[in-house]
Amino acid sequence: MSFRKLKLGAAAAVLIGATAIPALAQDSIYVPLLTYRTGPFAGSGIPIADGMHDYLRMLNERDGGIGGVKLNIEECETGYDTKKGVECYESIKGKNPAVVNPYSTGITLQLIPKAAVDKIPLLSMAYGLSPSADGNVFPWIFNPPVTYWDGASVFIKYAAEKEGGMDKLKGKKIALLHLDAPYGKEPIPLLEALSKELGFQLILYPVAAQDMQNQGAIWLNVRRDRPDWIYLQGWGAMNPTAVKEAVRNGFPIGKMVGVWWSGGDDDARAGGDQAKGYKSLDFHAVGTDFGVIKDVQKHVIDKGLSKYPKEKVGDNLYNRGIYNSMLVGEAIRTAQQITGKKAVNGEDVRKGLEALNITEARLKELGMEGFAAPVKVSCEDHNGHRKVFVAEWDGTKWVKASDWIEPMKDKVRPLIEAGAKDYAEKNTGWPKRSESCAKSS
Amino acid sequence: MFYREAGQYKTSYAADMAVFPLRQDRIGLGIIIAAAYALAFTKNDFLLQAVMIPFLIFSLAAIGLNLLTGYAGLLSLGTGGFMGVGAYACYKLMTAFPEVNVLVWILTSGFFAAGIGVLFGLPSLRIKGFYLAVATLAAQFFLQWAFNRVPWLVNYNVSGAIEAPLRTLFGVPIVGPNATPEVRYLVVLTLVIFLTWIASNIVRGRVGREWMAIRDMDIAAELMGIKLLNTKLLAFAASSYYCGVAGAMLVFLWYGGAEYTVFDINQSFFTLFMIIIGGLGSLIGSFFGAALIFIMPIGLGMLLPALLAPFGLSIGSETIEHLRFLIVGALIIFFLIVEPHGLARLWQIGKQKLRVWPFPY
Repeated sequence: MSFRKLKLGAAAAVLIGATAIPALAQDSIYVPLLTYRTGPFAGSGIPIADGMHDYLRMLNERDGGIGGVKLNIEECETGYDTKKGVECYESIKGKNPAVVNPYSTGITLQLIPKAAVDKIPLLSMAYGLSPSADGNVFPWIFNPPVTYWDGASVFIKYAAEKEGGMDKLKGKKIALLHLDAPYGKEPIPLLEALSKELGFQLILYPVAAQDMQNQGAIWLNVRRDRPDWIYLQGWGAMNPTAVKEAVRNGFPIGKMVGVWWSGGDDDARAGGDQAKGYKSLDFHAVGTDFGVIKDVQKHVIDKGLSKYPKEKVGDNLYNRGIYNSMLVGEAIRTAQQITGKKAVNGEDVRKGLEALNITEARLKELGMEGFAAPVKVSCEDHNGHRKVFVAEWDGTKWVKASDWIEPMKDKVRPLIEAGAKDYAEKNTGWPKRSESCAKSS
Repeated sequence: MFYREAGQYKTSYAADMAVFPLRQDRIGLGIIIAAAYALAFTKNDFLLQAVMIPFLIFSLAAIGLNLLTGYAGLLSLGTGGFMGVGAYACYKLMTAFPEVNVLVWILTSGFFAAGIGVLFGLPSLRIKGFYLAVATLAAQFFLQWAFNRVPWLVNYNVSGAIEAPLRTLFGVPIVGPNATPEVRYLVVLTLVIFLTWIASNIVRGRVGREWMAIRDMDIAAELMGIKLLNTKLLAFAASSYYCGVAGAMLVFLWYGGAEYTVFDINQSFFTLFMIIIGGLGSLIGSFFGAALIFIMPIGLGMLLPALLAPFGLSIGSETIEHLRFLIVGALIIFFLIVEPHGLARLWQIGKQKLRVWPFPY
């Protein structure tokens, strides 16, 4: 290699070093989105990323932002990789973000201790650490509208209802088919507690991340054990594989219920016609029959401002992205009301999230009537433990198959408080809550 | 002209055997170390937290693997697992004995990794090359399984993750969310310089020469009286020690918490690529490799939008990600074609050219 090439390389290195971070506009609210459109989980990540982006973009196009302040939306690609997620967080931290959506349980776990130090609220919508719903220990972390423990309790309630009552669950076999990672293991403590109380037998089928698409051995065990119900807590390629295997092994598909992250349209589609009847929990509706989706179509999709294919708008995971951004938007709006400021920062939005109260009337204003249940967050309860329903795959789309079911809050809440206490004890030096409790004005 | 040994006379054996015989090299190294310490005062959190700290930690892991693969010629794919042993050992130790300083535990946790490394190094006496790689792959899978399935290792944490509690040094927090990037950077930098200095002495001494003898031809080494068993296991122990310390630093001085997937097979490959591109059997190559594999993608991620912006092109973050992969891949191939012995060799050639500049012969 000649000396000249070396010099060229050195020049390039200097250039990289000199690239400055672009200056920030002061009169806007910076909303970073940590998304993943690449990597093994891209199939689930793309609809969510587009949903989140399109709703916020729609606010910009239709209303000129929130309260007259434009939103500065920026995506950072994580590839569902914790390393890259932390790198993303570091790169956005200095730009005064209003709220951070990590969109991965692994990244959330990394960011939980940092949030209080950097004064940036963390919104992990229905994922992340279940005990972080305790606002007294985790003032900066929010995970509305439900936790995994609520989800599991709703599943048990649903199964009991189908069996004919809680007492009928005694002696039944209920299996948890889960990804062998923190995310998948989340519902175990609650299911164990319920199995003792209700007398059903809990069987665990862990699926290692590298075996997501190779579940043959596990399903042999399923055939041997013959569980009455299966609760599926999977993500990415694990879900369609589980649905396919259930069909192949003749497991009654109607008795397999997935958590909300196992309810992608493509997850169910993989099982073909026989996947009809596969169920999944959900906390928002699918389809385009809502004012808010119509507005997104009118202001964003039809103008070509979105990357999402037109015909797939209204998919389950796309609508979940919309729901996530709705929470972000409402938190910012509430923060503006409380503080009277226009360009709110992280500390203001934290107050906004704590005072978040999305009523039936507000949902109607948002064009979300029937789209989701009302959400109310308080200083102690950062989750809400809202109602969930069971959706059923009819072969082409998800349809609502049950009423809104209330989680067993009386069972879940003590576990959450114990978990939060435990977390604070293990992390010596965990700060006591010093943030005052703001009331909605 | 400036980089030439003319006039520097060596008057003692010690001077003749010095690691850096040239005065210019010594000055250069001093400047680099001083500059590295000065970086802590730039107050640029992104540079320290997202670039320099992980770069130094990965360099240390690469040095660890280089001792084994580059110097002793034993191919290993268990780096990620050994790093994990260090991290989990450190976590257990620091939660069991919170009164002992965390730096002691970070340095001690390496010995646990060394023990596990020796255990999985036993097959190296009978198998070599790719076969050994497969044997160490077993270590990787087994250890990763253990991190996930043995709840004792995570103190029965529900989420299965380990978290860094607050720990201080001279009253300043160095581990935990309250530790500033500046402080953590200084700790990491000092540890890495110290451990690199030890490594450079190991590889220049009797032990390192034994490793290289085995690497070049193990039968000849045995005939010369080198005990293969002890030497190979020592290579595994030293290598795993470095990897273990790097793993503990990764979790407690960088991430602040981790789940078992951090130490997966990708981490092993990542480190192996670093030493192959940086240069097998070279300490400085470990730093070059870590810089190329880790810092370059970050640099490209910042450079690409800035380069395209003047043309009115704005590209999405995922396109940048794809471009990063393409460009990094192409550059790896480019560097390996230009210099198959890695960046360290390129560095050596550069220095040689500099010696005769501006009148090359």
